[in-house]
Amino acid sequence: MIDEELVQLLTPEGERVDHPDYASTLSGEQILSMYRDMVIVRRLCTESTSLQRQGQLALWAPIEGQEGAQIGAGRALAPMDFTFPSYREHGIAWCRGIPPAELLKLFRAVSNGGWDPLKYRHHLPTIVLGNQVLNAVGYAMGIQRDGADEAVLTFFGDGASSQGDVLESFVWASSFNAPVVFFCQNNQFGISTPSSTQSKVPLFRRARGFGFPGVRVDGNDLLACYEVTRAALDNARAGGGPTMIEAFTYRMGAHTTSDDPTRYRVDAEVEVWKHRDPIERIKALLVREYRVKPSAFEDIAAEADRQALQLREDVLAMGRPDPLSMFDHVYADDHPLIDEGRREMAALGLGGSH
Amino acid sequence: MSREVFLLPDVGEGLIEADIVAWKVAVGDVVSLNQPLVDVETAKAVVELPSPFAGTVVELHGQVGDTMAVDTPLITFEVGEPAPHAQVKQVVHDVPDEQRREPVLIGYGVADEAAHSGRRARRGARVETPAPAAPAEAGASQGPVRTTPPVRLLAKSYGVDLRQVVATGRDGLVTREDVERARAVPATGSVSRVVATGPTTSSRFAGREIDAWSTGAREERFAVKGVLKSMAEAMVQSVTQQPQAVVWLRVDATRTTELLAGLKKQPRLSDVRLSPLTIVALALCDAARHYPGINSSFDAESGEVVLRRYVNLGIAADTPRGLIVPNIKDADRLDVVGMAEALTSLVEKARDATTAPADMAGTTLTITNVGPFGVDAAVAILPPGTGAILCVGQIAPAPWVVDGQLAVREVVELAMTFDHRQIDGALASKAIAHIGRFLADPAAALLAQ
Repeated sequence: MIDEELVQLLTPEGERVDHPDYASTLSGEQILSMYRDMVIVRRLCTESTSLQRQGQLALWAPIEGQEGAQIGAGRALAPMDFTFPSYREHGIAWCRGIPPAELLKLFRAVSNGGWDPLKYRHHLPTIVLGNQVLNAVGYAMGIQRDGADEAVLTFFGDGASSQGDVLESFVWASSFNAPVVFFCQNNQFGISTPSSTQSKVPLFRRARGFGFPGVRVDGNDLLACYEVTRAALDNARAGGGPTMIEAFTYRMGAHTTSDDPTRYRVDAEVEVWKHRDPIERIKALLVREYRVKPSAFEDIAAEADRQALQLREDVLAMGRPDPLSMFDHVYADDHPLIDEGRREMAALGLGGSH
Repeated sequence: MSREVFLLPDVGEGLIEADIVAWKVAVGDVVSLNQPLVDVETAKAVVELPSPFAGTVVELHGQVGDTMAVDTPLITFEVGEPAPHAQVKQVVHDVPDEQRREPVLIGYGVADEAAHSGRRARRGARVETPAPAAPAEAGASQGPVRTTPPVRLLAKSYGVDLRQVVATGRDGLVTREDVERARAVPATGSVSRVVATGPTTSSRFAGREIDAWSTGAREERFAVKGVLKSMAEAMVQSVTQQPQAVVWLRVDATRTTELLAGLKKQPRLSDVRLSPLTIVALALCDAARHYPGINSSFDAESGEVVLRRYVNLGIAADTPRGLIVPNIKDADRLDVVGMAEALTSLVEKARDATTAPADMAGTTLTITNVGPFGVDAAVAILPPGTGAILCVGQIAPAPWVVDGQLAVREVVELAMTFDHRQIDGALASKAIAHIGRFLADPAAALLAQ
């Protein structure tokens, strides 16, 4: 992973390194707070996987290994910035203040979305690959026309980067100099297809061809992810146009709970990436540089366990929605076909009463 | 203390079963929440199932290698206190049992097994599987019937009233099988029209005697073997490996019928069966002599076409055992009498079930005669390994133009199916036209041989 073009501020061993363009601005307190975020998000993820294995969720997309990229990027956001996630941005949702159980409604199939995107400045998870990137650019163009001092941060993976939607988004964002930051978490696999199969050049270099800068950052380096994202968002808000960030990371778990990664990748590779864990290197930094005591880490772990138990209880307590509610938010206004569908379903007696 | 049952969940978006790969706990083990219990292999992956309860393992419901259906019991636990799992479910689903069992689509999460186990816990009794809704409940329910859109469509297409269907799916879900069952056994009083009883005589099908419509079982299954199996295999081989095309021709066969009438008066021919088939067989052999290409086969394995200058003429025979195709070896060497005798012998053997396997091997060309059934024409399927099959319809009076005048003539329809890998439409057309000319003027054709 030694790569001259890779922005790294903290080595896997937790030692700081200098970079000509970026320097860490975070205080010890901020880093500890972000460490807490990463630990909780990982713990909530393992609980969600367990809930799926126990038949309580229809599906789950684990984020283990990508906490550094997500908490780094998520904490770099300004409150009024808007985020457009794919379906794996649980760390971003956490940073935006969305209650974890809200996030799981979709995965329990009791909601088509959940929260009010405007309230949390976080769009609903998009399962259709890359579609959210188009939405993000459209929203960013709206910000320009409103003259607002905001930026958009949108997320997609290395697999989705092959989608036409994403590439069209690049064209529009570039042509209109839209205030959007494209955050690509290259976790090495589009389900089972290696990233190297999908792109003959490192993904961040594609940006140059579209006319805006691309940066490759160590996606398991929280400090670097934070600084690179913050700089890109600042640049977008200041009228500097789009940036693409390729957070070079690794999906430690399965694509989703329906996937078995042992069928397409070797253990040795996973072992290598275990030593690049985003949480462990921050922990090493906190111990060495900030003298954080073991009890502090134990407290955080205990808090994460409490959060996980709370999540479990919240999920098990979820009721079933009125089936007719599925028609409610398909379109903002009435739509004859949707109305027809609702009427047909109501006629079958499949809803409308509690 | 109470019992909790962990039902095998669907861990992969629509799976119906999983195999047990390895147990990680044994009866008597005390396990904690989320402790790994078992590895199961689904169609998609090997996954580890973590425990939804903290408690003691009382029973493992399967052994390594067993295939378990989704939603059937996997492990029974004894838990000291109601697990958070069950506790929560009790709060949410604390509704009277009567209401609970109504097959409605409201008020349940995906955790149906939790709801069931919660009920078991309160009753202190063990129920192995979710009890299907009783028929009375399903039938009398005023609420909507729980089922899926494809099953709803199926019921609609059958005219089955879903409210009358006995539901066996979980939580009173009406399954596809339920609808099929309901269709097979119409509910009392739901049949508004009584269909007239069918014939009471038995008939034959696929080489066996079958009961009459009104006296036989509603549905019957029998093994594919013997002649039926041969036919099935030959047809599958033919349609999957031989690209086939067909040419048609209507022929004025009046002179053929006249010739046959004349021949039948000959004392020498009194013992042999003379029929239009005799002349058609001679015509086909003559066509092969003129257009040998139709008497060929395509050997895909060796990448060769096999052209034969002899005709083993197969005759599709309807026998008590089913359809068989015995052949007349070197049929191209036979004259009218020889052909008539050979056909007679072939038919007798087939009827008496004395056709030897060798009699059915090595066919090069085939005739299938649907005329005796009063049928005009059919598109035949090639016997595997042959180049062409000629289908002959009935010879019947029909309007025909003779010398510009409308006349009533004895007309027959011919259709020849051929293997289009080595035989093209031009060759097939020339061959069938040759047969047509033969039947239009058989005496001249026979003299020319």
